[in-house]
Amino acid sequence: MTARLYTRSLTAAIALGALMIGLSPLGAVQAPTSPATTPAARPSTAPQTATKPAVKAGWRVPRTPDGKPDFQGLWTNATVIPLERPKGAKEFLTVEEMAAAEKRGNRDEEADTDAERGTADDAAAQASRAAREERRQERVAAGNAGDAATGNYNAIWWQLGKRALANHRSSIIVGADGRLPHTAEAERQLAETREWVKEHPADSADGRDNIERCLAWISSGPPMLPTFYNNTYQIIQTPHYVGILVEMIHDLRIIPLDRQPHVDAAVQQWMGDSRAHWDGDTLVVETTNLNSKRNFIGGGGGRSGLAPNNDRMRVVEQFTRTAPDILLYQFTVENPAIYSHPWSGEIPMRATKEPLYEYACHEGNYALVDILAGARAEEKAAAAKQPYK
Amino acid sequence: MRDWDIEMRVSRFFIIGLVVALGAALATAQSAPKARGYTGPRTADGKPDLNGIWQAMNTANWDIQAHSAAMGRVVALGAEDAEPAGAGVVEGGALPYLPAALAKRQDNFKNRLTADPEIKCFMPGVPRATYMPYPFQIIQSTKSIMIAYQFAGAVRQVNMAKPTEAPADMWMGWSNGHWDGDTLVLDVSSQNDKTWFDRVGDYHSDQLHVVERYTPISKGVLQYEATITDPKVFSRPWTMSMPLYRHVEKNAQLLEFKCGEFVEELMYGHLKRQPNQ
Repeated sequence: MTARLYTRSLTAAIALGALMIGLSPLGAVQAPTSPATTPAARPSTAPQTATKPAVKAGWRVPRTPDGKPDFQGLWTNATVIPLERPKGAKEFLTVEEMAAAEKRGNRDEEADTDAERGTADDAAAQASRAAREERRQERVAAGNAGDAATGNYNAIWWQLGKRALANHRSSIIVGADGRLPHTAEAERQLAETREWVKEHPADSADGRDNIERCLAWISSGPPMLPTFYNNTYQIIQTPHYVGILVEMIHDLRIIPLDRQPHVDAAVQQWMGDSRAHWDGDTLVVETTNLNSKRNFIGGGGGRSGLAPNNDRMRVVEQFTRTAPDILLYQFTVENPAIYSHPWSGEIPMRATKEPLYEYACHEGNYALVDILAGARAEEKAAAAKQPYK
Repeated sequence: MRDWDIEMRVSRFFIIGLVVALGAALATAQSAPKARGYTGPRTADGKPDLNGIWQAMNTANWDIQAHSAAMGRVVALGAEDAEPAGAGVVEGGALPYLPAALAKRQDNFKNRLTADPEIKCFMPGVPRATYMPYPFQIIQSTKSIMIAYQFAGAVRQVNMAKPTEAPADMWMGWSNGHWDGDTLVLDVSSQNDKTWFDRVGDYHSDQLHVVERYTPISKGVLQYEATITDPKVFSRPWTMSMPLYRHVEKNAQLLEFKCGEFVEELMYGHLKRQPNQ
């Protein structure tokens, strides 16, 4: 269930609060690199931002009864900032540029509304639509565009978040490049699959995207990335487990804190197998056992290709509470079968009061039925036009 | 041969003894959910610590009422799909169906191969999620409680603060919780009318109201009780009860069962592209 319309004014209030945090130097200031903070002390997968996150001055992180930082509550990773850096953009945005990105994101929504009403066709509306199309292309590039071929919900349905990232970054991916380091072979496979998809847009359910099949969403990852809407997470902590409830398709990541070995390699899962430990006040989560039915991240959705050899994939995530309203989420992905080197990203997740509801995906999946039925109807109609074939 | 026989007999007596003892314990527990003074581990705020991976060990998912063993639904599956007998988990005899509802229940039974929501991997609702043949995990902190079920990855957030109302019906309902002594009581409302109680068609309407009680009676056992009220389907409230057992194996873990993938051929196979097109 989409909660966004229901609590729009609340969201605006939260956003205003978050804006103040965004304007504080918090996200921009980074302590010097310290190798000791590298997750699991494995240099090969050290995040490119292996810095001890700066905690807001004069603020003490709340603690659970067993003395650990308390992350419990509702968080959102919704943002107008894309996964990959738009070509030509610099790594960090000024406050003015962040405001412009937010304004552009919001204007997209207005433009859609105008287009829907069919009333606006002046120069401003046209410019607005052009900007929206540019944004859409960015989302396509970031693998966050749904189905670009058939169109999608217009922006009124989207909850990309009206906010830039509090860390001033122009992309979720960190580093000088800000792009996914697909290997040449991975690029070739992606291109090949895209071609195949053009010829076979809706042959069967398993030829469609994992999202449409309600099997896996980029929201739960890992890494956990923002999606069209419902970018809400609820964290629960016990002395032995951390639970991260992901609103999209009611995924619950149950992560043991006890240092138990990973489940047998024969067990492969959509969300993998996660183990966590505390490194000071940072929660470090390491995930393996990911199945090879997952999508390429950033490949334009699953229809652009499955991620092969995910038995070689490893994701390390770090959660640090840096301010009352910020849970800093950092991650590094390694999979030598797809990426030429590990890549890292960062999202300062914001506290939200927007509630999280049951998202029953498979149970109400009329879209998949209609997509397949529509394709069969088209084939039938086409066949009727060629009686002598 | 003879030694073996004696051993069998001895162990059989032993097992019968165990069963009797367990039965007595459960009977006591049912009439007195205070659990005979059992005080288990506590969370930091002094509440009973229900954290763990639990599972029912009965045939209620086949049929919550007492039933004989019976042939299954799919001929090809033979003994694997045959229904094992069960003593039932419903207290006080037959379910109090209203006449029209009983007719619908019989229809459900006839159509169970296609109509049982479990077959389509739909979230099972409450209480069925509790006694499906899959484990579930209670994650209980001092701030909140979540219950995660392996089947279909269904999950419930329990509101332990001031009771709130659901904004809409949902598959797993809306759970408001409180402690009654050492018993966790969950008031579950706003479930939709699309889930069943078992594989033989016992069902409810969207007027379903469930009150669940979870009482630790030993380190490894929670006594579970669910009282069902549904004025559209039943003439009076009724109660089911059963023990839930803790998974104690060292590597116990809730693994994924995203069964939507496994029912695609069943649900969408007829819409596949045909080879000649």
